[in-house]
Parts: sequence; structure tokens; C-alpha cells
Amino acid sequence: MTSDTMKSNNPSFAIKLKNFLGKLVKNQLFIPIVALLLLVLINLIADPTFFKIVLEPSSTGHLILSGNLITIIDNASELAILAIGMTLVTSASGGQDISVGATIAIAGSVILRVIKVQPTDISNGRFAAMLILAFVLCVVVSAIFGAFNGALVAYFNIQPMVATLILFTAGRSIAAWINNNDNISIKDTRFAYYGNFIPGIAIPTPVFITAICLIVIALVLKFTNLRLYSQAVGINASSSRLNGINPKMIKLLTFIILGVCVAVCGFIKVSRTSSITYSVIANNIEMDAILAVALGGNALSGGKFNITSSVIGAYVIQFLTTTLYKFKVSSSAISAYKAVVVILLIIISAPIVRRWFEDMKNKREAARVAKIATAANTESGKENV
Amino acid sequence: MSVNSTVLEKKLKKKASLTDTNLLLIITVVVFLVMYILAVVFLKKGFTKPQMFFNILNENASLLVLSCGMTLVMITGGIDISVGQVTSLVCMSCAVYLQKVNDAGLTGNQYVIKSMLLAVAIGLAFGIVQGFLVAYMEFQPFIVTLAGLFFAKGMTTIVSSDRIPVTFDPFVKLCRTEVTIPFLGSVNKKGIFIPAYVEVGVIAALAIVVILFCVLKWTKLGRNFYAVGGNNQSANMLGINVKLTKFLAHVLCGLMAGIGGYLFFLHACSGSPLHAQGAEMNAIASSIIGGTLLSGGVGNIVGTLFGVLSLSTIKNIVTSLGLEDAWWTNITVGVMLCIFLLVQSVILARKNNKK
Repeated sequence: MTSDTMKSNNPSFAIKLKNFLGKLVKNQLFIPIVALLLLVLINLIADPTFFKIVLEPSSTGHLILSGNLITIIDNASELAILAIGMTLVTSASGGQDISVGATIAIAGSVILRVIKVQPTDISNGRFAAMLILAFVLCVVVSAIFGAFNGALVAYFNIQPMVATLILFTAGRSIAAWINNNDNISIKDTRFAYYGNFIPGIAIPTPVFITAICLIVIALVLKFTNLRLYSQAVGINASSSRLNGINPKMIKLLTFIILGVCVAVCGFIKVSRTSSITYSVIANNIEMDAILAVALGGNALSGGKFNITSSVIGAYVIQFLTTTLYKFKVSSSAISAYKAVVVILLIIISAPIVRRWFEDMKNKREAARVAKIATAANTESGKENV
Repeated sequence: MSVNSTVLEKKLKKKASLTDTNLLLIITVVVFLVMYILAVVFLKKGFTKPQMFFNILNENASLLVLSCGMTLVMITGGIDISVGQVTSLVCMSCAVYLQKVNDAGLTGNQYVIKSMLLAVAIGLAFGIVQGFLVAYMEFQPFIVTLAGLFFAKGMTTIVSSDRIPVTFDPFVKLCRTEVTIPFLGSVNKKGIFIPAYVEVGVIAALAIVVILFCVLKWTKLGRNFYAVGGNNQSANMLGINVKLTKFLAHVLCGLMAGIGGYLFFLHACSGSPLHAQGAEMNAIASSIIGGTLLSGGVGNIVGTLFGVLSLSTIKNIVTSLGLEDAWWTNITVGVMLCIFLLVQSVILARKNNKK
């Protein structure tokens, strides 16, 4: 009895710390950040020079930053951009778009179709105009494909995974059809700037593009009702309709935003290699993007979302991939290790496991209370005697 | 009073006669027949020969079994996207096993049977683990089977990253076995009658279709699948063990993936990491074309059979139209899938409005 009152009157530092930790664990950013720290730790133990970044001249003679960390941040760009759109789609429609890899192929194909007709010796101004034209066209085409998916989901009530199965099947073929299945490679070195380095700047360009995308989406979420509306639609579409939101429009909008993200990814992808292989480009990226969303702790059944944690999830996945490469795992066997991560992840984040933990906690608490009670009883019994 | 009740019963029967399942099934069958008849009338080429039809079966025996498993899971409201890679893993493991036996200089039918058991064991293992995670741990089926897909894909390349052709004699004999069909066939240029044939795998696949059809139609388990997919909670209130039912659906799907994998192995006679790429999507597409709804509760094995047939017929039609560029088949399949989805969605929307 006395010990209990003492505890409640005098909240010690330990209890404060416990509360703080409890809050931390419940935070959505907890899992991806812990995963990231774990990977950093493993890498540091395995190879202390893993994070060394050096400034050295590249093959074209310009100074560039190189190192594992730069590679990871650079290579994760597409995934991070996709994770933005995928999070929104997941939130509003409670399903995932599995066609992103195929539509990236379409987007890349559209860009190359425009760029390939240009001679390599045109002036910088004309090239820039050409590039902008190609990019705008690519964004429009991707947005149309996104709208196609979105319309099937929103207006025909088809589950997102099934609706996007159509483009998943046909997308790469459409990409090949756009360019007549030609093997295109762009000779103009200016085209490769956007997937690699702009001369004179030491940081890879995709990093900047990702940053711009993140800033834009942050501003959009800050100054519009997109976050509120898509969460409302994801949690309960019919009640959000009764509150004056048009759930169909919101779903369509999220798919169009994903389409724009896909266009940016397609642009970076083709710029990296200045060429395209229709059946291989961005292969399996849809699975990674969905994994990034799940890793970020977002419910795949829709509702509340946190884009920051999805993006961190994307970097974690790329980090994992690079780490596995460092440990000399062959590129095709990597997926087996990813499977282990996925399983661990779903086990940690599953409601049933959390419930189990809470039950354990409650039981321990109950046992403690019972112990105190019996102790008090025996004491009072002694007094009576 | 009794007259009234019989009238009511009759009315109910009439209404129930055209359920969602039946309506979607009828659409699929009609589309397939129309497509095939049009192909026979206008394209002629190979379509008039019965062998063309049996070739479709020969090539798609594995897909048929995979799709049947997929249909079961989809009826309970889940999905299994790992089946394609499990097929690949089964092919690779069996190929490596049989080649090892062959290199050791052994021969005999018991090794072929052992490889079959290996295939079934791999499929069942995937089914049991995934089923447990989905049903008892309440994870999302998509994510669990995505993990399964990754795992199977990685394991396939860990087992071997090269294409392994099988030269084990008893197995090759089994691969080459053709079952001729009497009275059906075509006369070749020399006027000799060539009977049509099917591979052994097709007979196994059709047997599985019949068994699963019976299971779904007449057994308690089959009814439970529909009940669980239609409405989880009402099924629970009716005293159906929802978790066990979902678990069994995934186990059956895993089993089908194992068998389907072996049928693919029989057809291809080799193992390769590139085998059965995207088979899971083809299986899902076939199930959807066959009238299975991803939301669960609606579906039919016969529909799936016709879904597989329609899918491959349209591929054949596209190739024989002279559009041999690789992309046309995929685009047509995409368009076909789109049309079927739209039709389904419109029909269901209308039905809901009527209620």
C-alpha cells in the first residue's frame, strides 16, 4: 500500500523515461528509423570505411562526390519519389498500384521518342526547349494513364490491384509499341545530366530532383486539404461523401499525382543510361514501392498516412540492397533476403502481435497488483492476530 | 397455405437461379465460344483443326491448375501472388534433383515419383506458412504472399542460376508421353489421318479441375469458402471456423502451385529462373475473366477453366492475325481484361441498385 502511494506522488525519472520510450515506440517514424540505424550499425561494424565520402574526378574530368552513402541516396531517388505517390494512393483507395513499373517504361519511352529525333549538335537553348517539351508530354501521358487507373478504381469500383493489373500486363508492351521496339540510345551527353551529374556540381542530379518533389508535396499538403480529404476517404468513403467530399474525385486525383511521380521517375531512369530496355526498366519497382509504404508504418488498407516515413522506408530499402551487394549477395538472390525483412516487418507491425504484447503487459501488471494485495492481506491478518 | 408456400419457393428458386456466379460464368463461356467460332469461320488457318484446341490445353495445363488454386483463395477474399515464383522454384528444384540422380548413374521410376513428392512438398510448405500468417496472424494476404514471391524468387536463383535441361531418362519418357484422342484429328496433305493428342499434364490438370469443382459445389468446405468470402462476420456467426477456412484455402492454393509447378516442369522439361515469369498475374487475370471477384464470395472453377481458354485463345488469334510483334498479345490481353472488369463492375452496380 505504502509503496504504491509513494510511486504516484513521486514520479521518478525512470517512469518518465518509460513513458517517453512508450510514446517513441508508438510513433510511426520509429520502425523505419530503427531499421535505418540498424543497417548503419551493421555496416559500420562490417566495414568502418563504409561511410567514407571522397571528392574525386569522374570519367568526364569533373569533381564529383563518391562513396557508398552517395550511391545509396542517388539510387533511392526513384523509389522515394514513387513512395510519395504510392502513399497517397494507398491512403485514399486502400489499395496499391502495381502498374508503376510498366508505366515508368511508358514514360521513359515517350521521352526518348521526342528526344531521339533531335540531331546532337543543336544549341543549348533548343535542347532545353526540346527537353521541356519531352518532359511535359511525358507528364501528360503518365497522368492520363494514372487517370485511367484512377477512373477504374473510383468510378467502376474495381479494386486497385485488379484495375492496375491491366496496365501491369499491357504497359511494357505499350512502351515498346511507342518506339516500335527500337533499341534507342541517345548520344547527346546533355541528356544524361539529369540521371547522373551536371558538370560542376558534385552531387548527383536525382538527389536534387527528389528534394524538389519532396518540397512540392510538402507544400501541397501544407496549403491544401489533400491530406485531410484523402485520409477521410480512405477511412470511410461514404461518410466522407456525406460530409461534402467527393471521394471519387479524391481517388482519381491521387492516382493522377502518382502518374506525375511516375513521369519524373521515368525521366530519371532513362536519363541514367540514355537508353531503354522495355522489359527490364524499373523491373519489380512496384513491389519495392509498396514495401516502402508498408515499411513506413502506413496501413495498406488506407486511411492515415505519413509521407516522411514512407520516404525513409524507401531509403531503408535501397540501403538494404546496397548492403547486401557489399556482402557479395548476387543481385537475383537479394529478393530472398528482402522476403525475410518483409516478414519481420509485418510481424512487428501486425495488430495481433501488438495485442499479444499488450496482453502480456496487462498480465504482468495484474500479477503485480495481486502480489501487493496478498502482501497487504497477510499484513492485515497479522495485525488481527 | 401450402400452395402459397410452394409458389413462394418456386419464386425464390427462379430468383436464385441467376446468381452473380452464374451470370458471370455465362458471360465468360459465351465470349469464349463466340471468339472461337469467329476464329474458326474467319481465320481458318489452324483453328479448324482439333489439335489447335488441344495445343492450347497442352501449353496451359500448368496455368489452369495455378488459376484454380488462385480462384479458391480469391473466393475467400484473399490473394496469392507467390504462385508464379513457386512454380519456378519447383521446376528448378526438381530439375536439379533429377539431374543429380542422373549424374549418379541411377535410373528408375521411383525417382520421378520422388520428384513429384518434392514438388508437392514445396507447394504445401509455401501454402501452410502463408496460410498460417494470413489466417491466424491476420496479416494482409498481399504482403504475405509478396514476401513469399520474393523468397521463392531468391531461393530459385540460390538453387541454381542457370537453365538446367533434364536428361533423366524415365522423366523424359514421361514428358514425351502423348495421349491420343480417338476419332478427333485432322487429315494431312498426304491424306493420312493424324489423331489429336494431349500431354499427360493436361489429364492431370483436368482431373484437378473436376475434383475442385466437386469440392466447391458439394462439400461443406467448398460452401464455407463462399460463406467466408461473402461475409466474414456472418460466416463466423453461422459457426464456420473462418480462420481455419482461410488457412485451408491458402494451403490448397499452395498445393495447386506445387502441382502446377510440376506440370510446368513436365511441359518444359527443364528448370530455369526465367520459368513461369508473371504466371501469377496470368492466373489472376484468368480467374477474373472467369468471373471470380477479388472482393470474395463469387467465383467458379468452370469459369476459371474458360478464363484460361479465353486468355490463350485470344493470344493465338492475335498471333495468327499476323500481328507477330511481341507487344500485341499483351496489349490485347490488357484490353480484354479491361472489358471484362468493366462489364463485371457495371453488372454488379446494377444489381446493387435493384436491391
